[in-house]
Amino acid sequence: MSRSKFLTLLLVTVLALGALNIGLVQAQEPVKVTITCRCVVGGVNHNLAVWLTTFTIPTFEEAMAAQGTPIDVELVEFGGGDEQLKEQYALDLSVGSGYDIISFDGFWVPEFVGAGLLKPLAEVVGPEVNDWEGWGHISDGIQAILSYQGERYGIPAGTDVRQIFYRKDLFEQAGIALPWQPTSWEEVLDTARTLKEAGIETPLQVNAGTAMGEATTMQGYFMVLLGAGHHLYDFDDGKWIIKSQGILDTLNFYKTVYVDEGLGDARMQLLQDGRNRSFVGFRDGQIAMLVEGDWFWRSVIAPGSETAVENRNEVVGWAMMPAKEPGAGYRGQDFVSISGGTGWLINPNTPHPKEAWAFLSYMSSRDQVRAFELMQPRISFRDDVEVAGDPVMTAMANALLQYSTVRPMLPEYPLISTEIQLMTERVVSGEMSPEEAMDAFAEAVTEIAGADNVKTLE
Amino acid sequence: MNSFVIRSWLARGLLFAFSVVIAASFVTPLLWLITAPFNTQANLAVTIPTNPSLANFEAVYHNKFAMRALFQNNLIIGGGVMVLVAGVATMASYGLSRTHVPGRDVLVYVLILFSSVVSGTAAMVPIFLLVFRLGLIDTYAGVILVMTGGLLPSAIFIMRDFIDSIPRSYEEAALVCGASSLRVFRDVALPMVRPGVVVVAIWAFVNAWGAFLIPSVLLRSPDRMPASIASYSFYTEAGTPNLTLLSAYAFLYTIPVLVLYLIVNWRFGFRFFGGIKS
Amino acid sequence: MERKHAIFPARVGIIFLTPAILFVIVFLLYPFVRVFLLSFTNQTLLGTTAPNPEFVGLDNYRHLFNPDRWMRLGEFGSALKITTQFVVGSALIGQAGMGMLIAWAFYRKRGVLREVVFTLVILAWIIPETVVAFTWVAFLDWEFGTLNSVLETVGLGRPDWLFERPLQSIILFNSWRGTAFSMLLFSGALETIPPSYVETAEVVGATAWQKFRDIFFPLLRGHILTDLILITLWTFNVFTPFLLTGGGPAKRTEVVSIYTYRTAFMGRHEFGKGSSIAVVMMLINLGLALIYLASIRRRRAT
Repeated sequence: MSRSKFLTLLLVTVLALGALNIGLVQAQEPVKVTITCRCVVGGVNHNLAVWLTTFTIPTFEEAMAAQGTPIDVELVEFGGGDEQLKEQYALDLSVGSGYDIISFDGFWVPEFVGAGLLKPLAEVVGPEVNDWEGWGHISDGIQAILSYQGERYGIPAGTDVRQIFYRKDLFEQAGIALPWQPTSWEEVLDTARTLKEAGIETPLQVNAGTAMGEATTMQGYFMVLLGAGHHLYDFDDGKWIIKSQGILDTLNFYKTVYVDEGLGDARMQLLQDGRNRSFVGFRDGQIAMLVEGDWFWRSVIAPGSETAVENRNEVVGWAMMPAKEPGAGYRGQDFVSISGGTGWLINPNTPHPKEAWAFLSYMSSRDQVRAFELMQPRISFRDDVEVAGDPVMTAMANALLQYSTVRPMLPEYPLISTEIQLMTERVVSGEMSPEEAMDAFAEAVTEIAGADNVKTLE
Repeated sequence: MNSFVIRSWLARGLLFAFSVVIAASFVTPLLWLITAPFNTQANLAVTIPTNPSLANFEAVYHNKFAMRALFQNNLIIGGGVMVLVAGVATMASYGLSRTHVPGRDVLVYVLILFSSVVSGTAAMVPIFLLVFRLGLIDTYAGVILVMTGGLLPSAIFIMRDFIDSIPRSYEEAALVCGASSLRVFRDVALPMVRPGVVVVAIWAFVNAWGAFLIPSVLLRSPDRMPASIASYSFYTEAGTPNLTLLSAYAFLYTIPVLVLYLIVNWRFGFRFFGGIKS
Repeated sequence: MERKHAIFPARVGIIFLTPAILFVIVFLLYPFVRVFLLSFTNQTLLGTTAPNPEFVGLDNYRHLFNPDRWMRLGEFGSALKITTQFVVGSALIGQAGMGMLIAWAFYRKRGVLREVVFTLVILAWIIPETVVAFTWVAFLDWEFGTLNSVLETVGLGRPDWLFERPLQSIILFNSWRGTAFSMLLFSGALETIPPSYVETAEVVGATAWQKFRDIFFPLLRGHILTDLILITLWTFNVFTPFLLTGGGPAKRTEVVSIYTYRTAFMGRHEFGKGSSIAVVMMLINLGLALIYLASIRRRRAT
């Protein structure tokens, strides 16, 4: 073959390949989207990981490929602890990296936004997020979990309620009438006293202390404080309540239970692994009443768990946490509860916001959520998905969501929560009196929030 | 029997009793680790399981993330740190020993002080930012390099005594014969300090094997996480540990370093300084 | 000790030192300087002080030593006090004492006994941190723990270790954990003594105390000193007790490393403040080393 012919052939081949390649690129190059959560197949939050990898992601990828806009979704399992995950998020977001869709605990949002690490959904993806059909099926209260200053930052994935769980068998043993629903603190305490006389080791356990972290503030302090009449924060005024009779009442309740009458086991609250001990204690019948959240029912004492209670449905009952007296609770309620929540955010640094949103909204659509609900019955965040297969969960949701409130979504909250844990710890360990502990709390919160943002209730 | 024989028997007996007490004290806390993994009803007590079984291990095996963490990532990170620390520390100690460096001991101590600051929690964010700027976040290299930096001063300290104790006559002879300094190091000195190198290597490996803080700050992909972090995948979402699974994983996590130490001790002897008797 | 002479010119020494120098500059000096500078700011990772940190001069340091409340449980002064007790109990008495005892007992002895003891002691040292913490929580458990089972059998009762004696618990734990390091250091130091000295002393009929006073102590003073400095430094910075007690109950075992963790890693991640703590700790350790050194020099003079 002559030289010029050869060169021509070469040129044509190269051009052809080039054209083919470009054609291939335009038609086939999938966009990669990453999603991460604290979930490991075969480990923690196994169901979530399985739902994502075997159901949601494959069906989504198929649908996108069929549409001609292939998207590859990858689940990045995180097998560390919650605090480490938060740390990683903070570090990654601060340098402009991180995974595209991230699971987030609602009350972290304000401090991240305060640090400039997160942006509202509408800004990251575009105004079309507000047209998503799902919003119409998610109540305002639940949307608030991942909202801040009126902006939506993500889609919620779940919420919870809190109540008193009790051992029906121990109650029977002590001769207490069932079903049990106290209507005041005094009734709760009296029941505890009766149980104590009947020989029950630890009648009542209410979370306190720093070892349990946020579990103390939510299941412990708030459940009592709200019953004492007010919240941690005055939403109308925009001020944190640092001293009040309500706080004193709350601390005195703790003191009665742990210090004065020994109705609760202070030791458990002050040990590093206290939470686990309380679960084991409830399972083994040493603790009769435990204030916890609905996951306690569906996950901690559920069949298959290490701390499962045998014959859970017959042996364990639940009651709403009463206010100090009927009508004395927050917003004039007879009963109280508080809800937390988690959800999914879109990383403002993502190179593919539209695709990330496509997956996120798909994942949160009715059919997908329903599939997850079938794997693990829990309080549903969409009103068109019912709690599947567990009438107790349904009853909890129906009874308590109406009484529930949320934490103040502000950047200072996590720090103040730590002060709350410290305050309860000081009272329960006997180190300080309720008055002293409240004074220390007031001092610390004033320093955190600023003197203009705190108030005392007479 | 004369008093000397009685005294020596007494001394032997005393040593034996002393050894038994020490051995018992050091072994007792570990009993849980050998009983709980084989007990499907494991709790905090040390109970000889009535039906010893491997069920816990089987359940742990299903956690691919944790398995990979232990049997791949720990080895890579541990091995990398071991080789790097042993190599760099040996060379540096050799240099410090065979040339005149004023204030050498003070220098090493000051570096040890710095390393104590840099390995602490306060330095984690600066370290993250440094590694980020080097483009090494979520890489084995990033973790290995940072850990090496932290361990180097103490490693040099340990090596220093080993190298100082070796007589220089052989090296000087080799130099006189015209060997280059690197050859002297590699062919004359190195074989003599081998026990020291081995000690530092094992010490570095053990440190890297158990490391938690630096990997948690610098690594992201589940494919690269070491066992110390993967242990948390055996905790529940409420943050409470799954004792049956955790004990089995802890057992697996311990075996490799134990075996390594035993092999090395048998082959080389494991002690600080004392390789060569002058 | 004899002054060792150099066998290479400085130029060659630099070649050997180069890799270490690189590591030190990039991964030690640079982060250290950053930490030092950070200690003068109010930098945090989260919250509003994250994107806009301010230079606050010595405020962080002043806050640490705030006389109003610094000795309160959970503050720096309390952490220092607890750490001092911890270091004296664990590093000096526990680790160094025990390590020296074992090294001394097996001095110049070989055989199965030595191997078994040394291996078990070293085992305590090489087992990964998270594993060791777990086994000790089980060991010290009031109800089920092995320690109490043993103590009860010999009639010493069942103390509630982690709850009522948390400081003793972590001292016990850390001594167990750290004895190996001291044992190896002192064992190595003992081996530097020419055997002929000891044999001569034995022939002359010296008692153990005399041997110690006239041979070991004078020859090993320098070694013992540097080893003590290292052991103290390590104990000051050890973090594993956190996995045992979490700094509790009620902050009663919050040593400085745990206090730093709480400041720099939890809450708002105030690593500006955390840096100031790290710098103070370094200065304290430096001071201790100088005190140790001065005491030795003084003794040499007399």
